[in-house]
Amino acid sequence: MFNDPVMLSRLLTGLTLAFHIIFATIGVGVPLMVLAAEYIGIKRKDPDYILLARRWTRGYIVTVAVGVVTGTAIGLQLSLLWPSLMQVAGQTIALPLFMETFAFFFEAIFLGIYLYTWDRFKNPWLHWLIGIPVVIGATASAFFITTVNSFMNSPEGFKIVNGTLTQIEPLKAMFNAATPTKATHVIVSAYLTVAFILAAIAAFHLLRKKTLSAAETAYHKKALRLTVMAGLIFAFSTALVGDFSGKYLAKYQPEKLAAAEWHFETTSEAELIFGGILDEQEDGSYDIKGAVKIPYALSILAGGAPDTEVVGLNEFAKEDQAPLFVHYFFDIMVSIGMYLTVISALFILAFRLKKLNPHNKWILRGIFIGGPLAIVSIEAGWMYAEIGRQPWTLYGIMRTADAATTSTAVGPMLILFSLLYLMLGTICTIVLLRMFKNNPVGKELADDHHTRGEAMFADDQK
Amino acid sequence: MDIQTLGITVLWTFLYGYLIVASIDFGAGFYAFYSKYTKRDHLTNRLILRYLSPVWEVTNVFFVFFFVGLVGFFPDTAYYYGTALLVPASIVLVLIAIRGSFYAFANYGSNDSMFYTFLYGATGLLIPAAMSTTLTISQGGFIRKTNETVEFLGTKLFSNFYSWTVVALAIVSVLYISAMFLLFYADKARDTAASDLIRKWALFWSIPTIIVCALVFFGLKNQAAWHYENILNGNWWWFAASFVFFCVALTLVYLKKNYGIAFIAVMAQYGVAWFGYGYTHLPYILYPYIDINKSVVNDTMATSLVVVFIFGLLLLIPALYLILRLFLFDNDYVRGKKSK
Repeated sequence: MFNDPVMLSRLLTGLTLAFHIIFATIGVGVPLMVLAAEYIGIKRKDPDYILLARRWTRGYIVTVAVGVVTGTAIGLQLSLLWPSLMQVAGQTIALPLFMETFAFFFEAIFLGIYLYTWDRFKNPWLHWLIGIPVVIGATASAFFITTVNSFMNSPEGFKIVNGTLTQIEPLKAMFNAATPTKATHVIVSAYLTVAFILAAIAAFHLLRKKTLSAAETAYHKKALRLTVMAGLIFAFSTALVGDFSGKYLAKYQPEKLAAAEWHFETTSEAELIFGGILDEQEDGSYDIKGAVKIPYALSILAGGAPDTEVVGLNEFAKEDQAPLFVHYFFDIMVSIGMYLTVISALFILAFRLKKLNPHNKWILRGIFIGGPLAIVSIEAGWMYAEIGRQPWTLYGIMRTADAATTSTAVGPMLILFSLLYLMLGTICTIVLLRMFKNNPVGKELADDHHTRGEAMFADDQK
Repeated sequence: MDIQTLGITVLWTFLYGYLIVASIDFGAGFYAFYSKYTKRDHLTNRLILRYLSPVWEVTNVFFVFFFVGLVGFFPDTAYYYGTALLVPASIVLVLIAIRGSFYAFANYGSNDSMFYTFLYGATGLLIPAAMSTTLTISQGGFIRKTNETVEFLGTKLFSNFYSWTVVALAIVSVLYISAMFLLFYADKARDTAASDLIRKWALFWSIPTIIVCALVFFGLKNQAAWHYENILNGNWWWFAASFVFFCVALTLVYLKKNYGIAFIAVMAQYGVAWFGYGYTHLPYILYPYIDINKSVVNDTMATSLVVVFIFGLLLLIPALYLILRLFLFDNDYVRGKKSK
């Protein structure tokens, strides 16, 4: 395996993406939450929400830096590790890649302005308005880059005649069959994940209640309510879009859905298999053991009705099938999504009904673990999306094995980048922890200068 | 103008933009480290940070824009350069990653350590050094196509004298351009202590810059005769004009006059040389394999990229104007009178 450029290229691409996606997700979601907090803060003249927006932004800028550099890495690695893929992609799907750099450019400019103009305008709404292009830029970047991934799942907008690409339609390639569900799923789940990361931070502080002052408790409760409310909305939207994604797969990439669901025989009234293990029989078929089977659920996911016929894996040649372990990635993604819906609904219900204390220790703990779980869910979702598309890099057009570099130096590069990400991940975490430890909420709440810009960054304090 | 010429002109212009803004950024990193090391950082580093903090991310986008656009307009570049440059490009990526993230860790994360500043300064010189070798590679002789694959002749590049003169040019240019910009910025901030010190840096690097330029220019004759002939065939005046702009910039700085015009002269000095070099490099992006006329993307894609580019510019120009107005042309901000 370690002298196979294809496997090594997959590992290195996977490593970069797995690391980058954490920061990219934070990058897409945080601006929206910051803007929401700043909006409430200005509207209600509540300095707690302004402080919330400022503290989120301060942590955000550190993660943005890591997101930018790892994004640059994956951008160039696509050409370095998959030169043949990019040669075809350049002809067909270069448009949204190009658009993404513009969106990113736009976002970077306004983020620079937003960060350094907290108190430069007399009218606080002007500063809030500068945040809007940041949100638009971040979300548009996610949209454009996801259209490229959609294209890999559903390559359209060109014809191949005698080995050459003709009749190129860039917009059709960009708005392919996979784009609507995929792009929405990526964007909404990013919002969901960020809402839960921020909620987890608030829950963490509230769980250590004994050390908190009344002002700090009030501050964290406001943060928790805002983030969990957002979390609930985005959890429902993600579930809805996830359902549409299932229907897309059933129609356009049935073997990808079948691999995730361990659905071998084409049937109607198909049951959904959750968990379990596979036991290979002598004739090459499989027995599923210890799984939870939900009647009709797969047919409903695939076509919205219990009698929908769902295509099984046995219809496809072995060499066109994805590895069957993607089933677990799918299950992890879906169960975490459901967990996030339930826990946020529980909190909001408790808040509304007033019968149950929403700041109950167990609800807070449940929200706290929701943060890391949401990131796990994002990772599992991408693992499913990418490994589930195998053996193809461009579905039905180009196999992964034919797209990779022929260079023999991928192995050392894999080690180099592993060390880089290990270092960046560790130091980023330490820097973030220290940043908030050295400047606790209590101190900033007591100091009414916090709404002014002076203490924003370390270099200004000197 | 045909679409491939338009495409390469746009990309080359963006790379020129990157050359200027990244040189300021890279050099500033080195100077920040150097001042700190010689314990003079109280003079200069606040000034450097005030400029860099809001714009460093924008700098990085120029580079991303260039390579994404290059693969879009000329997909063959992905195949040739992608296969051949895996190792050197990966090293550049690691350096960029270290630089960008440690900048953020040091400045936003209150971790103001000598080690972080050292990394920031050192990568500021290593990145342009590594990137500049691509220019040498593009002139041919270091990438070989075989039946199966594309091979990079790394040892040949390493032992090549000309390639090292290009590296030297990249490093001295970074230090020169950066000092000239910071001089203008310090002067605008009416920070005499800083501008006196930075003026010395600017003068110090000016002469080496022009000496190395001459070395590279005449070294080209042996390294890439085809390119040298293109220059001698009526295109030498670009470089003569560059020298004139250099003299203007140097005279102004020497006389302590009008540093704004001096910096514009520096931009013009590099601008004409850059476009002269690019123009005479055509039609090749990689000699002799990638010819813009043969490797251009299909018409539909090229047209749509140009359309997106025009719309993108309509969006970006006002945004760039805004950020420059707020952080570069706002005297109160530059002087540190406004909260950040």
